[in-house]
Amino acid sequence: MGQHVLLIEDEPNIAEAIRFILSRDGFRVTHLADGATALAGVRALRPDLVILDHMLPGLSGLEILTAIRADPATTDLPVMMLTAKGQGRDREAAERAGASRFMAKPFSNSEILAEVRAMMGR
Amino acid sequence: MPMSALTGTRLRERRLAAGRRQADVAAAAGVSASYLNLIEHNRRRVSGAVLDRIAAALGLDREAVSGQRDVALMDDLRTAAARAEDAGAELDRLQDFVGRYPGWAAVIANLHGRVAVLERALEALNDRMTHDPHLSQALHEVLSSLSSVRSTAAILSETADLDPDWTARFHRNLYQDSERLALGAEALVAYLDAGTGVEEQGIAAPQEELEDWLKRRDWSFSDAELAAGAGVTALASGAARELARAHVARAAADAAVLQMEPFMAALTAAGPDPLALAARFGTDVLGVMRRLAALPGSEAGLVACDASGTLTFRKPASGFPLPRFGAACPLWPLYAALGRPMVPVESVVQMAGQGGLCHRIIAYCQTSYPQGLRGPELREAAMLILPAAQDAAALKIGSSCRICPRGGCPARREPSILTETA
Repeated sequence: MGQHVLLIEDEPNIAEAIRFILSRDGFRVTHLADGATALAGVRALRPDLVILDHMLPGLSGLEILTAIRADPATTDLPVMMLTAKGQGRDREAAERAGASRFMAKPFSNSEILAEVRAMMGR
Repeated sequence: MPMSALTGTRLRERRLAAGRRQADVAAAAGVSASYLNLIEHNRRRVSGAVLDRIAAALGLDREAVSGQRDVALMDDLRTAAARAEDAGAELDRLQDFVGRYPGWAAVIANLHGRVAVLERALEALNDRMTHDPHLSQALHEVLSSLSSVRSTAAILSETADLDPDWTARFHRNLYQDSERLALGAEALVAYLDAGTGVEEQGIAAPQEELEDWLKRRDWSFSDAELAAGAGVTALASGAARELARAHVARAAADAAVLQMEPFMAALTAAGPDPLALAARFGTDVLGVMRRLAALPGSEAGLVACDASGTLTFRKPASGFPLPRFGAACPLWPLYAALGRPMVPVESVVQMAGQGGLCHRIIAYCQTSYPQGLRGPELREAAMLILPAAQDAAALKIGSSCRICPRGGCPARREPSILTETA
């Protein structure tokens, strides 16, 4: 079974595209659209990698990331943060909160695939 | 009047610029040509009366040739040099430069002023971009839909064996997102096109606009002008008009309590003592200070600040440069008064870089409670800047740390670009 990626993204069409790209490359992808349920999802699903959108309804990406890092069970979990291009402050805040990598929207499919592969040691 | 060492140079430059012969100017001024020659080469100190006659012969006023007018200009140039530290401006030859090339010096000061205004405009725009929720919402919408379009289109074009169901789905997504992108872009354009002019956004620094306006009116209004609203509508920005309206209303209220004739009579009798005058007219001390600085032809400077120390009013006095932006010298008596409301502070100060020129400062701070007993306390402090005789014991102050040459100042907050000259 492929490595498990948890995608937390509220834009359904972006989520569908990412899911398609990663699935074709052999990853198993679970998608959650809501910030509020995301933390429970991380704890229950124990994914190998989380892709986390910065702007989410319910709980912001930053808050989720902080909670992931605060939990000893997930403190080393690789997290890729999706930010909007040009939002330097968002990126800085995410960096401080402990994001492993960043991807700025609009990203290219090959970029995000290459990043995920690199993070998963492939 | 202190005369700079290079008055002679300045005279010579002006004479040459006017295309006049030394002998003609000397004859018109009633001095010998050889004496004028010595003066022009800075080898004779020249008395006030002779200087006046030479200035008159050249068709110039005394200020222009004695260099008094250059004080403000030099201060602007020092600030400009501070902003371009790496350029290594020859600050020790500043006076020489201003004397020889007054036009070019004015151009530099002017450009420096414009740069500062533009920098602030940029900052204001930047602030607006960063903090405006509508703009960031619109941008987010565009970036999100664009992101989706890009990924989806790439999948459609790069996946050779795409399942028909998936193809249909991605086509549908692409259509949806392109619609969203169009709407988002429209919203963005509408927002950016909204047509609020630069002035209306308060980018042109309303306080500065007001001060320029007051300066053009010599910081003074007649009773008739005050009654007519003083032409406040001439100001470009809404924010500046609002400030000007408040200023004029206050000046009118001051003028109503401190009517010209009795006020002038009391001033002649008591001198510029704001406390005595306030007691005499049954009004507040700051009102008297404002009135004193707003009398026709008044040379008194006035600076006011609020409880945060932010300068809210700046009428400069000769030889007492005020910082154009940012914070002032912490040693100003203004701040001493701010910390002790209702206690007058009087002191003689010596401003840095003004050839030992001294001023007498009267500072005072008032508190008010516009929302009553349980509302916040507001403070307003002001200092009147009056001429004074030289005094060795004067408090050594500056304009602002950055351009203040005083070494070993205990109140220094940041390094200066100038070093103390003997």
